[in-house]
Amino acid sequence: MRPLTPKRILAICGLLATILFVAVVVSLRVGAYPISMRDIVITLFNGAIGRGDTSEFNQVIFGLRLPRIALGILVGASLSTSGAGFQALLRNPLADPYVLGVSSGAALGAMLSLIIAPHTVGAIQLAAFIGAAATIAAVYFLGRRGGQLDSATLLLAGIVAASFLSAIIIFLLTLVNGPGLRSMTFWLMGDLTAPPPTQNVLGWFGFLYFVFAVAAGAMYTTSSDLNLILTGEQEAGHLGVNVTRVKLVVYVAASVLTGLAVSVSGAIGYVGLLVPHVMRMLFGTDYRLLIPTSAIGGAIVIVLADTLGRTIVAPTELPVGAMTALAGAPVFIYLMRRRIR
Amino acid sequence: MNAGAENGATVARQPAPFAPPKSVRLKVEQASYAYSATDRSAPKFTLGPVSFEAQQRELVAILGPNASGKSTLLKLLAGMIKPLSGRVEVDGTEVSELELRTRAQQIALVSQESELLFPLRVWEYVLQGRYPYGKRLRFESDEDCLMAGNALAQVGADALRDRWMEQLSGGEKQRVILARALAQQPSLLLLDEPTQHLDIGGKVELLRRLRRLADENRYTVVVVTHELNLAAEFSDRIALLHKGKCLRIGEPAEVYQQDVLEEVFEAPLEVEMRSSGRPRVILRGSH
Repeated sequence: MRPLTPKRILAICGLLATILFVAVVVSLRVGAYPISMRDIVITLFNGAIGRGDTSEFNQVIFGLRLPRIALGILVGASLSTSGAGFQALLRNPLADPYVLGVSSGAALGAMLSLIIAPHTVGAIQLAAFIGAAATIAAVYFLGRRGGQLDSATLLLAGIVAASFLSAIIIFLLTLVNGPGLRSMTFWLMGDLTAPPPTQNVLGWFGFLYFVFAVAAGAMYTTSSDLNLILTGEQEAGHLGVNVTRVKLVVYVAASVLTGLAVSVSGAIGYVGLLVPHVMRMLFGTDYRLLIPTSAIGGAIVIVLADTLGRTIVAPTELPVGAMTALAGAPVFIYLMRRRIR
Repeated sequence: MNAGAENGATVARQPAPFAPPKSVRLKVEQASYAYSATDRSAPKFTLGPVSFEAQQRELVAILGPNASGKSTLLKLLAGMIKPLSGRVEVDGTEVSELELRTRAQQIALVSQESELLFPLRVWEYVLQGRYPYGKRLRFESDEDCLMAGNALAQVGADALRDRWMEQLSGGEKQRVILARALAQQPSLLLLDEPTQHLDIGGKVELLRRLRRLADENRYTVVVVTHELNLAAEFSDRIALLHKGKCLRIGEPAEVYQQDVLEEVFEAPLEVEMRSSGRPRVILRGSH
């Protein structure tokens, strides 16, 4: 009997953070314009102490790669955490923001806000959250059969919602092709190339990471309750869990995280499914460990997938969503078949 | 005393120095309940009013055919639903008014097993019983591990602790589920048809174990069951329900009247009184 301790969580997260650091360094180095380790260190050092640097390295690292990596970390961590949350909330191991249509709902919300209020900072995130929350609520009620949440019906409801919402997105993009509305590939497949909407890049990332920290932190406070909910909601209630409150917190937090990710990167698929499952296989099912490891694991996956996407067919690029779908779809099929058996 | 029972002594609450040997633990006073499809529609099912008392170390069986109100009564006792009228008290406190975690420290409910979503080790499952005692993120203490280990020993499942839940047989799983309830250190232990998936040997072993737990740990045990003879053999008191009404409450010999049982279960039954003073029910032959 070896129960989970905070020390073990820190050790495992430390290990994963090291892997993430290596992934970030690799991502800074490779690409259409390779940069040596020495130049990376000098450029980062100059940037850190505020020394003026007009080299090409500075433009590539601070203008292109670093913001993209920072965005990748945020998006990967948000999607994986929200996937882990949805899996517990809906008691379905195949739940994922993309598969359930939640990402499409968030994308539609974000797009509508770009059409209605294109210059309001933060409006797109709020609209994406509302889109995500409304979609998961609709899928939840459509997925019920005879008053009970049915695993297969829920997934079908999610798939139908995803394709229906995607069709509306395509329809809107065809009708309203305004500037700044971004491409169809962005909304339906997802990529990390969108530039920050303001000149204050640090402030922008500060805002995004703050929202992530609040939502992921709120979900983390329910992690030991989620462990019990996974063995049955009624049983969790008997053991003293306030199931309604926990579900509400996870519902809001997972919707915020999906909305946050989709508002800046479009609908990237399968990360929320793939990463929590891999983390469960590696470190067990305890949500006190699963939430932080999924967050860091998601960041690693997106940073690596994006790096691969912009190097394997350089000088052109594959969107990061195409890379995650290439890896995620087979895993989804594997998990589904294992569950049916 | 075997090792399990010795360890079990640690799990049991220590008696107060001057506590009387027996005191009323569970008090049900004219408790009733009604299910309706909507708030305004007429009730689809009504239970009660039911009244009875149970003391420490007593085992109470709730009997009755399907849809007689057994599970509803158990939910009232567990505080999951609030009685429409009357009261259900455990150690003098109305159960539906207890804060959730306080309630889980006093009442443990072993319900019919649910499907686990992800694989879990036996010890992880039993440690969940310590949830009501934890704080914030509820990292388990050494004491929690000790209690979980003792609970496993008490049900004779010590050797199973590193096995996966999904690999257990029906009887083994039932014992582990019981161990999780014991790890809660409750004073009232409720079980909803615990013998359902067990063979006859498993059923006898479980009832014997519950009897021993009630005696040794000063639990009050309430079991919902369809097993007439096992209930007669092991319980101190029996509540017989029929169509939402409590027909009889009392010692097995008082409750087991041939005409009453035949009416309730709609079967040709015969009641024999054994030398132990406990009744036995047999099916009357057609010839």
